[in-house]
Amino acid sequence: MAPSGDDEAAPAPSIGDLFNAFLGIGLMGFGGVLAIARQMLVETRRWLTPAEFADLLALCQFLPGGNIMNLSVAVGLRFRGWRGALAAIVGLVAAPCAIVVGLAILYDRFFQNPIVAKVFAGLGAAAAGLLIAVSIKLAAPLRTRPSAAVMALICFAAVAVFRFPLLPTMLVLAPASVLVARRFEA
Amino acid sequence: MSLSVLVTLAVIFAELSLLAFGGANAVVSEMQRRVVDIQHWMSATDFIALYALAQTAPGPNLMIATLIGWRVASLPGAIVAQVALILPSSLLTAATVAIWGRFRDAPWRRFVQAGIGPVTVGLIAAGAALIARTAATDWILAAIAAVVTVLHLRTRLHPLWLFAIGALYGLVGLV
Repeated sequence: MAPSGDDEAAPAPSIGDLFNAFLGIGLMGFGGVLAIARQMLVETRRWLTPAEFADLLALCQFLPGGNIMNLSVAVGLRFRGWRGALAAIVGLVAAPCAIVVGLAILYDRFFQNPIVAKVFAGLGAAAAGLLIAVSIKLAAPLRTRPSAAVMALICFAAVAVFRFPLLPTMLVLAPASVLVARRFEA
Repeated sequence: MSLSVLVTLAVIFAELSLLAFGGANAVVSEMQRRVVDIQHWMSATDFIALYALAQTAPGPNLMIATLIGWRVASLPGAIVAQVALILPSSLLTAATVAIWGRFRDAPWRRFVQAGIGPVTVGLIAAGAALIARTAATDWILAAIAAVVTVLHLRTRLHPLWLFAIGALYGLVGLV
């Protein structure tokens, strides 16, 4: 790429470019896929300015679904319409899907082996630890938002303790939490 | 495998797709409830093993759908479950891109996001509690979970190293 000013955007990507970029993001990303995506889209390929990236990310975080998945759809759509969106999301998930299917075949073959079963018991414990750590990180900012912390606790109790089905739980708690935010954090 | 199993997979994961505020980790406990408690497709221990397997692979952390689909109905199941988890939220995103500019700066958008945030935290914490409860069947496994929690909070160690600690638990049985 020719040297250019910092805020100069690259030409609009083709459908193949979109596929390749998200293929790379899907394969490199591990845990923190979003950081990789930002680096790729803003710094390496310069398809988006930092402000455009932040705006698209806000949209993706507003909606259900994995942030990175939503981001791939939004970026693909922005440059090449629905074909671009399709190329981006297929690029993102194709390789990881193939990899986990490969792992699943190995697992199916060996899971009755007692050592493999113990390895997976250990991996499960590690996965639990990671998710606990993620929860603690996410919950930390709620310390300064008492009403939001209460809503998080109610939601936790509804799902983890009472085992209520998620759909009715969300239909009640999501609007309630929005009203609470409006009432106490306006 | 029967068509009704594929339809059930599609319905479950499509619903999860639209409820996944905060990503796949927010719907892990509901996924477990549906797949283990209601459908009895696998044991809770199997579910945790698949969850862990999905976490050790690269890419977005929703590959668990492929693994569950694979276990339940092999390749067609894997495709149906993964597409069902991706498609509804992706269509919603595509539809919202066009009108995002109109409400991006609206005050209600801020409240909605401020309200959804804590619900997401509660959901992800519930998933963590559920997985920890099922995975920590003895004190060594509980200790592994605790050590990984602390290491992930306090260090910048790559998650694969943390999974290696877990895998070690099985391998020490060899010596």
